[in-house]
Amino acid sequence: MSIRFSFDGRTYQGEPGDTLASALLANGVRLMGRSFKYHRPRGPLAAGSEEPNALVEVDRGGGARTPNLRATQVELYDGLVARSQNRFPSLGFDVGAVNDAAAPVLSAGFYYKTFMAPEGAWAKLYEPLIRRAAGLGRAPEVADPDHYASRYAHCDVLVIGSGPAGLAAAVGASQTGARVILCDEQPRFGGSLLSDRNARIDGMAAADWVAAQVGTLAARPDVTLLTRTTAFGWYPDNMIGLAQRLTDHLPDPDPALPRERLWQVRAKQVVIAAGAIERPLVFSGNDRPGVMLADAARTYAVCYRAAPGRRAVIATTSDTAYRAALDLQASCVEVALIADARQVADGPLPAAARAAGIRVETGMQVLATRGRRGIRVAIVGHVDADGRVRSREWVRCSLLGMSGGWTPSLHLFSQSRGKLRYDATTETFLPGESAAAERSAGACRGVHGLEDVLLDGAMAGSAAAHDAGFDAPGPVRRRVEGAMAARWTAPVPSRRKQRRAFVDFQNDVTSKDLLLATQEGFHSIEHVKRYTTTGMATDQGKTSNMNALSIVAAELGRPVPAVGLTTFRPPYTPVTFGTLAAYSRGVLFDPVRTTPVHGWAAAHGAVFEDIGLWKRARYFPRGSEGMHGAVARECRTVRAAVGLFDASTLGKIEVVGPDAAEFMNRMYVNPWTKLAPGRCRYGLMLGENGFLLDDGVAGRLAPDRFHVTTTTGGAPRVLALMEDFLQTEWPDLRVWLTSVTEQWAVLAVQGPRARDVLTPLVDGFDISAAAMPHMSVAVGSIGGVPMRLFRVSFTGELGFEVNVPAGHAMAVWEALHARVEALGGCTYGTEAMHVLRAEKGYIIVGQESDGTATLGDLGLEWAIGKAKRDFVGKRSLNRPDMTAAGRRQLVGLLTADPGYVLDEGAQLTAHAPPPPGTRSLGHVTSSYGEATLGHSIALAMLADGRARRGETLYVQRAGGMVPVRVVDPVFLDPEGVRLNA
Amino acid sequence: MLLIPCPICGARPEAEFTYAGEAHIARPVDPAALDDHAWGEFLYARTNPKGDHAERWRHTHGCGRFFNALRNTHTDRFTASYLAGATRPHGTPTTESLDAPAMRSETEQWGQA
Ligand SMILES: [Zn+2]
Repeated sequence: MSIRFSFDGRTYQGEPGDTLASALLANGVRLMGRSFKYHRPRGPLAAGSEEPNALVEVDRGGGARTPNLRATQVELYDGLVARSQNRFPSLGFDVGAVNDAAAPVLSAGFYYKTFMAPEGAWAKLYEPLIRRAAGLGRAPEVADPDHYASRYAHCDVLVIGSGPAGLAAAVGASQTGARVILCDEQPRFGGSLLSDRNARIDGMAAADWVAAQVGTLAARPDVTLLTRTTAFGWYPDNMIGLAQRLTDHLPDPDPALPRERLWQVRAKQVVIAAGAIERPLVFSGNDRPGVMLADAARTYAVCYRAAPGRRAVIATTSDTAYRAALDLQASCVEVALIADARQVADGPLPAAARAAGIRVETGMQVLATRGRRGIRVAIVGHVDADGRVRSREWVRCSLLGMSGGWTPSLHLFSQSRGKLRYDATTETFLPGESAAAERSAGACRGVHGLEDVLLDGAMAGSAAAHDAGFDAPGPVRRRVEGAMAARWTAPVPSRRKQRRAFVDFQNDVTSKDLLLATQEGFHSIEHVKRYTTTGMATDQGKTSNMNALSIVAAELGRPVPAVGLTTFRPPYTPVTFGTLAAYSRGVLFDPVRTTPVHGWAAAHGAVFEDIGLWKRARYFPRGSEGMHGAVARECRTVRAAVGLFDASTLGKIEVVGPDAAEFMNRMYVNPWTKLAPGRCRYGLMLGENGFLLDDGVAGRLAPDRFHVTTTTGGAPRVLALMEDFLQTEWPDLRVWLTSVTEQWAVLAVQGPRARDVLTPLVDGFDISAAAMPHMSVAVGSIGGVPMRLFRVSFTGELGFEVNVPAGHAMAVWEALHARVEALGGCTYGTEAMHVLRAEKGYIIVGQESDGTATLGDLGLEWAIGKAKRDFVGKRSLNRPDMTAAGRRQLVGLLTADPGYVLDEGAQLTAHAPPPPGTRSLGHVTSSYGEATLGHSIALAMLADGRARRGETLYVQRAGGMVPVRVVDPVFLDPEGVRLNA
Repeated sequence: MLLIPCPICGARPEAEFTYAGEAHIARPVDPAALDDHAWGEFLYARTNPKGDHAERWRHTHGCGRFFNALRNTHTDRFTASYLAGATRPHGTPTTESLDAPAMRSETEQWGQA
């Protein structure tokens, strides 16, 4: 059965089990991408997740387009549509390749040096150009149509990687009864065993042994097996992030399935069996399509039956590449030459290669390659110990398999904050001291040879289960045949001063760039990394870090560990935003809070605004009214008759207990002891630093009970602060705090007819001015519904706030609304509320005040209980800066043109235009158009503002300055006649 | 995500907690008696150690309690947690806070409003 897929618009056939890279190679396509900076033609370097070159985008249509996928990990399915990236107009002919010709000037630090000046040109000119010319895939343009899942999991032992070490560890750990999760980024378990055609384990072929182990694990009830699952990040206290790909490999996935799932696994113990990554060799032209890691070439030939070339040269510094040569030869690839940089190669694998008739040359290195869109010739030569080239030979080939040894995969270990240890014999970093409850097993900790790796894994699994509290039997040594031991030696240093010898393939960093960086004085590897960008691409330097480090160390003449290794950061491979967000999209990301009146308001045409998470009705337009018309009408109606307003979002806290008044005394600036039940106060709360934190009316319902209101946004903060003091500073106070914001709906009736609205509705109690004066509270009922009735005003008018249980709010609202309409009133929204309160000079915390405003600045000192020795913030009021001259004080501003509305936030100056260097005298905090007073109004915070009343100042506006007169901030009814009606 | 040991609920994920600054900074019994410098120190000066840091956390989305914990600022590991008002473990006696509230609750400390 063959699979049809398309790449850059051309249709090809592949086989089940193929990756996009293996299928393209099988079709003779080697060119899969253009490089990041120089637009050089590139093919796959690797066969797994470390691939730096072959990045593609996969398009499923309907906006489901994913860029920057590694072709080596894209599983083929029928109808797959993939495209190459970073090329124009086509992959074969890319005009950006002119960068390659310009390479001598595009050296390390080029952007830093060239695009410094002129100021501003970077954002406008250079950056867009560079972003177009250099870069990776195109970002999606529409919202991701897929959905994603997320779950938490707990286990005793998490095993990361299912090669021989990981499988053995999972089997060993789970036989103790421990809960085990085994994950692997590949579609199948087995890792390197899947491409091992030689080894036999316990008498079984490697692949059969894998199947038997997976069968054993699957039969154990406490084992979770996760393929296509990348352990991408290590977070504190052994929380590991796993990204599981669920549908990307399916030709026609069920739309009900999530595309990917985020696992947040809290593991008691972790076994890292991440294996090792082969190291490229650094020589001129080591990036031509057809040049790849030797083991990747072997994997393509053996696993995928996709020989990446007909005639191969193998260049190596260690024995494992001989295994690749032998397997390639067995897959009908002609191996023309093994060029071994070591002076001696006499292990069993080199012997086997010689016996198979392969030409083996020691002391030989690749000097350069030739070929336009892929390698055609390898230029090799004998190089002596001083780096002198003694011979030169051209070898025709279409595949060059290179191996600079193996780099243990330390990403997760390093992320777990484990300390790295340098092994000078193999010139590798290995896991050293652990910082988390983890252990490494197998090749990722430098253990080689299949038998040793299997034993190492089994031991790690047993030990992990033991440390997780399980009785673990000793590990079993497996009998392994047919795996020839590979000799591990230090890599041969590369010849340094070569052109186009790539170290970081994905970020196009060459050995010359690294040398230039050291010459320019960058001696720390962290600085070299940032200057050259080596190791900073999406592949996290998987194939480049060690080569970069050894080149820099050699150039500086210092040992490798003295130069240091850069930090590994999550994610191991890129993770989609969809996976990280999972369910947190739309209202699940940003929840919406609505009041009980919300549905009614929506049905009556309200325009809403967001206040924190709340939706609040901003105004209720009628007919063709715009916002200004509606707000002006609502304001006039409140002043002339009555308005109905939904204030349910107000924060509400019930403060109860024998020491409630004492607690209020300490938390608020106001005096509460003598406040009689049935009376209210406008409470002001400071931070301990003396600045205004929150305000709101509090009513005393009983000697031991206060109904405290807070600002809409401040409720959680105020309750947390109260709890903090109560729990930690005054645990002796007998006070209990309860948030009742959601329990009480608040329906405000404001205006000269407010009492007329309520009188027939309240159940048998007196709300006359004598019985319920301004700032009083009564408990009763309205239409049979329990009610706390506050006589308070945030408009300057006679006002009541009807508090009823939220579940009854709509019935009460409907009754109030009928009365309001009958008396010529209307509903009003937050915008009219803002205008009405500003006309009266009432502040809004966070609008007039900004966290540096004192009560003195805001003209609210009258609220302070002078007899109190202490309250939160009191001591700070006497700090010198709090009383110094020049503080900004609340004032009103009037414009000469009554129709002109100042910009909120605009700055105030004494002269127009202000001379250069003038400091602002203050700023406009609130500004509204004409509503009920016949002119626009503004509030401002102005330096020494109260002393400046009567002065003319200037306010900035687009295109000039506007003169303003400084006035008292109370524009309406300063005597409070309307309020106390 | 850190696991934070709530002394009441046990180890719970960090997302349930709110950080509340350095622990064992007692609010002065009589702030008016402090000069500006001393009051400024109380408001703003913190030890910021490398190593064990006694700090306040609130199990906001759990039991709701404020408590104290020792966290190593170098390793980001918690080494102890204890109820607010208890003495800091591992030596280091504190100036606070168990007996202080009793003194402070006297009304004359606060005056009458
Ligand atoms: Zn708790």
